[in-house]
Amino acid sequence: MTALVAVEGVSKRFRGLLAVDQVSFSVTAGEILAVIGPNGAGKTTLFNMIAGALPPDDGSILFCGERVDGLRPDVLCRRGIGRTFQIVRPFPAMTVEDNVLVGALLRRPDVASARRHAREVLQRLDLFDRRAQPASALTLPDRKRLEVARALATDPKLLLLDEVMAGLRPAETDRMVAILAALSRENGLTIILIEHVMRAVMALAHRVVVLHHGATIASGAPEAIVRDPVVIKSYLGAEVLG
Amino acid sequence: MIELWRELPPRARGLLLAFAAALVAAPLVADRYLLSILTLIFYFAFVGQAWNLMMGYAGQLSLGHALYVGIGAYVAAVLWIHFGIGPWLGVIPAIVIAAAFGAVVGGLGFRFGVEGVYFALLTIAAAEFTRIAFDHLAFTGGSGGLFLPYEERRLGEWWNLRGGQLLFYYVALALAAGGVALAARLARSRLGFQWRAVREDEAAARALGVDVFRAKMAAVLLSSAMTAVGGVFYAFYYNSLFPAQIFDIGRSIELILGPIVGGLGTVFGPVVGAFILTPLGEGLIAITAQFGLDAPGLKAVFYGLILMAIISFRPNGVWPWLARMIGVAGRAP
Amino acid sequence: MMWSIYLNVVVQGVLTGLVYGLMALGLSVIFGVVRVVNFAHGEFAVVAMYAAFLLFSSLGLDPLVTMLPIAAAFFVLGFALQATLINPFVGRPEHDQFILLVGLGIVIVNGLLMIFGPDARAANLPYAFDSYLIGPLIIDKVRVYSAVAAVAIAAALFAFFRHTGTGTAIRACADNLTGAAVIGLNVKRLYAITFGIGLACVGAAGALMVTIADAAPSLGPAYTLLGFIIVIVGGLGSMTGALVGGILIGVSEALAGFVIAPSMKSMFSFALLIAVLVLRPRGLMGRGA
Repeated sequence: MTALVAVEGVSKRFRGLLAVDQVSFSVTAGEILAVIGPNGAGKTTLFNMIAGALPPDDGSILFCGERVDGLRPDVLCRRGIGRTFQIVRPFPAMTVEDNVLVGALLRRPDVASARRHAREVLQRLDLFDRRAQPASALTLPDRKRLEVARALATDPKLLLLDEVMAGLRPAETDRMVAILAALSRENGLTIILIEHVMRAVMALAHRVVVLHHGATIASGAPEAIVRDPVVIKSYLGAEVLG
Repeated sequence: MIELWRELPPRARGLLLAFAAALVAAPLVADRYLLSILTLIFYFAFVGQAWNLMMGYAGQLSLGHALYVGIGAYVAAVLWIHFGIGPWLGVIPAIVIAAAFGAVVGGLGFRFGVEGVYFALLTIAAAEFTRIAFDHLAFTGGSGGLFLPYEERRLGEWWNLRGGQLLFYYVALALAAGGVALAARLARSRLGFQWRAVREDEAAARALGVDVFRAKMAAVLLSSAMTAVGGVFYAFYYNSLFPAQIFDIGRSIELILGPIVGGLGTVFGPVVGAFILTPLGEGLIAITAQFGLDAPGLKAVFYGLILMAIISFRPNGVWPWLARMIGVAGRAP
Repeated sequence: MMWSIYLNVVVQGVLTGLVYGLMALGLSVIFGVVRVVNFAHGEFAVVAMYAAFLLFSSLGLDPLVTMLPIAAAFFVLGFALQATLINPFVGRPEHDQFILLVGLGIVIVNGLLMIFGPDARAANLPYAFDSYLIGPLIIDKVRVYSAVAAVAIAAALFAFFRHTGTGTAIRACADNLTGAAVIGLNVKRLYAITFGIGLACVGAAGALMVTIADAAPSLGPAYTLLGFIIVIVGGLGSMTGALVGGILIGVSEALAGFVIAPSMKSMFSFALLIAVLVLRPRGLMGRGA
């Protein structure tokens, strides 16, 4: 299968600090890839480059066979890349439904049909009952789901999820995992997720890439990664092993 | 439009109809003075609504909106005085030229990432620059002013906006109503939702595919065009234009008071604001005149205090609170 | 001898610009630390002008002398204002603060209008028409005195920020607010002190300005805009930038007024503001806002 997204030799420097160092990987359509690693490993910077918020200093990013590095975030969204933010950014004064509506309006200029689509997405993410509430009134787990719902409403081919499980209790994590797994299974959605919550990584990911100091130190199936001594030394710690 | 009507709760529909009917019938009972106050209210409701589109919805603070009033007024006035072109035609070039100014201000600002307070300063600078320029523009009368001639024989030519208070009353009422309808339409449109997203969080809006530059440009173009229509009205109503007055920063601030007091980002906010501020201001002047006090600046002090009070205690304005009180608060706005 | 006329104009611009710079310094300090955009800045300057004018016309006190007590009074005013009215707005969106201060500015200007009327009031100093004659230069003594005073105050301020404990604490707040709070600095109090300092600059500058210009309520908004132009051109948050910007604007307005037409001199400043906003909003010396 050809790759949906291919990151090739991508680097990013911030005034002398090499945040991302020649990272390469590819993701096939329908795959779920997890990017893990200690804080400061460059994961979010990598995401920001794929999503268009930052241009890479080196390397290239291909999406659906075309180069997309350096394009604006809204252009990339139109091409099919959706993303969530590590620190959630709802539109606080707007209702939950209107938040998702903004996303739905991307591919549906007619407000009524966009609203229908938004409601479907809300149902999917278990937020339909809270659709009339202002986004500022939501609890953190709900805000995380809203963040995902909004990005999902843009009908992305690729969804970038940045620490979407952070701060969630195990039950809420499982719920989110179930939703994401269903999206991958039923809709063929390709997902790249940055995660620290290994429970979610093990449950969701088909493949894992491990970053440390901006560079890839390991990649492969989750079971193999978790046993990889390099990964254990730099990030996981021996306690993770069951 | 029909969906808008359907969306209103029945109580709101009743109130709106009653209110509209009262305004239409007012000339039957009101004297000339009261009608002139109402005309002023409608004017401020209209231009305030225009500013509200840009600030209340798209979140771009313009403190130089008098620029567009002035451009609209001068263009229409010049076309009338020098070429005999009436306001119904003259409004078109007025809109186009004012929107061009808006495009320059907006384009410079948005393209170069001039935001927030800096953008507000940019708009002030643009208005002030134009004011001084017009002071030196002989073609439009310079600082001495431009005057629309009083022609007795033309009175009654309503299509040329030559007439008495009654004519201007209904024109202003139509403008204010049109402004409300336009705002209501836009608020529920795709652009309206994109504006609100941009206002709340630009980066998040971009991540959802919103072309932020285009949305902001649409806001400034629509806003400046609409404000220019108010300028055309102004020219034909007051018949005299002075750069120092019409482009003045005091005017820019005057026209934002209504929307802020009434409620930014709401359809009825600017109207409510105008209905509160204008009568209070005029009433204050009338009362002090009764006592023989001549205090220039008292009205402005009053407005300044209200502005500070509202932004401190009710930053969302009076209308949301009022709507809840009278039980017409439906879905926002 | 055209060049000597130009030289005179430039020197005059520099001297006036230094006084403007002092006013802008206050604005820069307030923004740099408290992050509040004081849109009533010029209006406060005009209040100081009237204060100095009143002290002169009723008690015969020279504004160069009353500058100090006026600055002290404005410090107290600024401290109180920040602690009561403005503090709740510190975390709020920029345009809320802006609107609050626009409102305050309106109240001040029109209050002055109600009290003093629209006509300009001049402080007719006995030495107002004396000048220094240095070669081709004919420089008004008042301009020299006020410029020197402005520089002296600015220097004192630099020393305060660099060499005192409080000054350093304030700079810490400007650099890293969370860090400052974490190490136990009383941020609210420091903000109030900073606002006080900012308004003290304005008070001093206003007192000095009445020696070279007549007090009138309409100057309020004009000075506010001038302050912003200077601060943005020179760099928001930079103290040297405020002075350099002041000199630059003082000179360019003087030249523009001389070369083109006095009534058009502001046009150049506004065009410059637009250019700087668009091309280099950090200004000549500012750090990112």
